[in-house]
Amino acid sequence: MSRRPVLTAAALAALVLPLVAGCVANDTAGSGPSASSSGVLTVKSTDDACEVSAAEAPSGTVQFAVTNAGDDVTEFYLLGDDGLRVISEVENVGPGLSRDLVVQVKPGTYYTACKPGMVGDGIRAEFTVTDSGSDVGPTGDTADQISAAEAQYVAYVKDQVGALISGTQEFADAYTSGDDEKARSLYADTRVHWERIEPVAESFGDLDPLLDLREADVEAGTPWSGWHLIEKDLWQPEPDANGGVAYVPLTQEQRDAAAADLVKYTQQLVDEVNAPDFTFEAFQIANGAKELLDEVATGKVTGEEEIWSHTDLWDFQSNVDGAHVGFEVLADVVEAQDPDLADELTTRFAELQTLLSAQGSIESGFTYYDDLTDAQIKALAAAVDALAEPLSQLTATVTSS
Amino acid sequence: MSAPTDPHDTPEESSAQSDSPRLSRRGFLGLGGGLAVGLAAATGFGVGRATAPSPAATASGSPGTYPFTGVHQAGIVTPAQDRLYLAAFDLTTTSRDDLITLLRTWTTIAARLTQGLSAGPFGPASGPYNAPPDDTGEAADLLPAGLTITFGFGRSMFVGTPSADGTPGEDRFGLADRLPEGLVDLPHFAADDLDPARSDGDIVVQACADDPQIAVHAIRNLSRAAFGTATIRWTQLGYGRTSSTSTAQLTPRNLFGFKDGTANVKAEETSDLQEHVWVPGSALTPQTQWLAGGSFLVARRIRMRIETWDRTSLGEQEGLVGRTKGAGAPLSGGTEFTEPDFTAKGGDGKPLIAVDSHVRLAHPSENKGVRMLRRGYNFTDGNDSLGRLDAGLFFLAFVTDPRTHYIPMQTALSSNDGLMEYLTHTASGLYAVPPGVPDGSLVLGSDGTPVTTDDSPYVGQALFA
Repeated sequence: MSRRPVLTAAALAALVLPLVAGCVANDTAGSGPSASSSGVLTVKSTDDACEVSAAEAPSGTVQFAVTNAGDDVTEFYLLGDDGLRVISEVENVGPGLSRDLVVQVKPGTYYTACKPGMVGDGIRAEFTVTDSGSDVGPTGDTADQISAAEAQYVAYVKDQVGALISGTQEFADAYTSGDDEKARSLYADTRVHWERIEPVAESFGDLDPLLDLREADVEAGTPWSGWHLIEKDLWQPEPDANGGVAYVPLTQEQRDAAAADLVKYTQQLVDEVNAPDFTFEAFQIANGAKELLDEVATGKVTGEEEIWSHTDLWDFQSNVDGAHVGFEVLADVVEAQDPDLADELTTRFAELQTLLSAQGSIESGFTYYDDLTDAQIKALAAAVDALAEPLSQLTATVTSS
Repeated sequence: MSAPTDPHDTPEESSAQSDSPRLSRRGFLGLGGGLAVGLAAATGFGVGRATAPSPAATASGSPGTYPFTGVHQAGIVTPAQDRLYLAAFDLTTTSRDDLITLLRTWTTIAARLTQGLSAGPFGPASGPYNAPPDDTGEAADLLPAGLTITFGFGRSMFVGTPSADGTPGEDRFGLADRLPEGLVDLPHFAADDLDPARSDGDIVVQACADDPQIAVHAIRNLSRAAFGTATIRWTQLGYGRTSSTSTAQLTPRNLFGFKDGTANVKAEETSDLQEHVWVPGSALTPQTQWLAGGSFLVARRIRMRIETWDRTSLGEQEGLVGRTKGAGAPLSGGTEFTEPDFTAKGGDGKPLIAVDSHVRLAHPSENKGVRMLRRGYNFTDGNDSLGRLDAGLFFLAFVTDPRTHYIPMQTALSSNDGLMEYLTHTASGLYAVPPGVPDGSLVLGSDGTPVTTDDSPYVGQALFA
């Protein structure tokens, strides 16, 4: 950081130049004449060449602006001194497109590699990182931590789907036998296990809409299945809350079918998760954590998820639980890459949990959404935003290692 | 008549005449590349910077930028831009350090955005692929559009908000003894119907630009940077500036169709600015010297009963305002800038300018000579359930002390102004606007653009010293 006591007109002109040029360049391939002045290295990947604008850079944050000037889809790698260890990479860069690789590097010898056509060892060149004196955290050595995180998370998911299927079966039995009171008491507690791992279900495509579609999201003319169909039948609305028409309760046959669908689709999820090839990678865990907070921000904190039962805070807590587990299993990686982010996430999770705990717990039950005051809802929404913003940095932090 | 009479034409024409030929981005690219444009903008910017805080930037003909730094904050005497997006924030933190960090971050972002830079160093389409971009992107390819960002502090930031039962508010940041005496609770004026949810707030951010997307982009990115420290309490979009703040600008029209702010304090009236707009150190206690060179911002959302106004005869409209609808001349005669003669009488012996007319009640001669720098905008926030436009004037005024320069006048207006039959004040805010971030104090990163560091400057820094 340089600190200029006086800004001269010339300095100001220099200040403005990159900005307007930057505006122009934002939607084009390169970042133009401003690139070299701001320390960005350019990489031009063609079918038979990999032109890196410099063969060395000072340690710290290094940014490669990779442009694919060839005809094939390309990749760009920064490899360790053994030429094997991947320090960082960008993949799937289509012809004519540009993408940035931003990476923290320590002083040492590296290799750059373009891989047009995404095959072979790539077009390599030695790349030297000189010592700038800036502090660089541990990089490129987190493979063990990552695989440990993935294993822990998969174990968590398996545990949750196990609880989910047994709870779902009990809920379905109560519902089909006409014990609505018991079904209502099991509804939110069972969904906890679903909401904690919802991004996993989403990774299996159709299962999420089959199990968790809200009535407002059902396309006209298509069948509605899953939790919220039964929710509505258990908390039957007055005509005012049902588009002005009387709610028609499900028949016993419809109940049996709805319950059978719920169990069937949940069992499919269980089977998918327990398949031998099931994996959930670090970036998916990190993205999933952010998606869970997005779920809270768009569905739960607005009361739209459980419009009949008003048990939104159970879902809210479960989404936060799932996001927290995602962060916890990755905590060592985050701590190594960006301790400030780790601290902030820890603080923000705690602040949100304090607000949630003021409204109850999964064990003892929560305040129903329609009993919350506007001020309480706004405070919860602010805490969600406060957590979600740094959480959106988690994937980049984990994948930059 | 020299002025256009169609209010729909007014904003466009006035800016076209007073500022510069407005070129679209596409037009610029057609001229042969962004680099040349960049140089032109840089020149205009440099001139503006060198002569700060004068509004020279527009005089150069460049549609570029106004300096962010200076003795005073930009966005006050800056020639009023066409569009406004104003946001009031409530602090969710109780930590003084967090508040300072927020102001530091905001200052850097504001310094960047007002110069047409992206909010963060990477910009909207660059940076780590697995992270969200550090700028939201909707301002890319657009010109800076004369963006200014102006910050102010509400009374609640100093002393909290008292409860309905009279329990005093909480001094969350150890600032209670730094509360300027002028930052009062505005009294209830006759016919006020204020919505607390869109009034007050700990911090106000006024973003003005000639392109609404630029103004919204600014508030959006500042809001994003505030998550965890502050949340938006309310926002207001405005269009069609209703005041001119420079003699180079034509007087625009409000939604009543009348010229508004003819007698406004203008940027060129240096001594009047000193007397009526800026807060002098001599008026402040030692504890509140941080506000010296600043100002007070009064914000009032004034809904107009447009439908009934439109059924009012031209004669009555002119009588209520005290000026002609076409040229804006006082009813005592002359042209727009002729001083009104309040003693002139008609054949019936009654004053030509009625005693309950707006121009008389608001005139400095009726208000101990006080003037204000008005910077308001029209607003239209959809409609009510009866199919009437929820529209009016978002009144913004910068004054040296609201106790002498706003409250007495508004007290008289709300009780006596014939126009009040067509007006309801629906929201209110009063903010202390600190002086500017000094020229040359910004910390620049390796690419020469402002960055936030542990000791980078921030708006209102003297308040925390």
